[in-house]
Amino acid sequence: MGEELRLTIAADVDVVEARQQGRALAAVAGFSSGEQTVIAAAISEIARNILMYAKKGEITLALVQNGDRQGVSIVASDQGPGIPDIDRAMQYGYSTSHGVGAGLPGAKRLMDEFDLKSTVGQGTTVTMKKWRRSI
Amino acid sequence: MEVPILRQGQYLIASIQSALTDADLSHLREALIAQVGRSRCRGVIVDVTALDVMDSFAVRTLRDIAHMARLRGAETVIVGIQPDVAFAMVQLGLTLKGVATVLDLEEGLAFLDGRTKDRGLDPKTKRPPSGPFRG
Repeated sequence: MGEELRLTIAADVDVVEARQQGRALAAVAGFSSGEQTVIAAAISEIARNILMYAKKGEITLALVQNGDRQGVSIVASDQGPGIPDIDRAMQYGYSTSHGVGAGLPGAKRLMDEFDLKSTVGQGTTVTMKKWRRSI
Repeated sequence: MEVPILRQGQYLIASIQSALTDADLSHLREALIAQVGRSRCRGVIVDVTALDVMDSFAVRTLRDIAHMARLRGAETVIVGIQPDVAFAMVQLGLTLKGVATVLDLEEGLAFLDGRTKDRGLDPKTKRPPSGPFRG
């Protein structure tokens, strides 16, 4: 493990690149193709959020292990304006950007672990993980 | 990556060839809506077979295309949603409510034939019958 992939998110092509890299990493971790698509969709949502609200940020992808369980971790961080009302931002259908309001709550639904830290004026970090179902 | 739009009889067929950025999707929406008017077509097929992920932005854009095309007098049908993509959409809570979806291009053409038949189109040639049009 220990290998990390850091990707800059500053344009909409970077969103596509990040979700494709995430899918490739999920394949390495042994996720099914359905789960790879789920992970790619979650990355797409949080990468777009970086672009929309902070204009620029970073996504770090890594393989993780917990005992004999394998998974992927995705950390999205930016130095944007931060989220003043995290509870509302996590409500499905709530958006301050004329979006669908599925970004953060959607990504949370898709992943097993989801943690959001945000400080107004300093930025936002989303950490999420998905674990492979043991067979 | 621009999406080619083909014209077949009274229908437009947009065949997505690869993963699309948000800008590509928005451009597809503009191009299709403009072309519905220019070519006076009755139906639009968007083939998403090659789309890697359908996230909230893609779903919203496809919904917008269908609703805008309807306002311009054309029916839209989405074809080729892959099993993995459908799986992720459902987990994300995304629906294409109010938008017709069928399995593949062949079904899409049959669907549009059925929907536009009563508007005076010959289902075989997909063109208005010769002689004066009686809507």
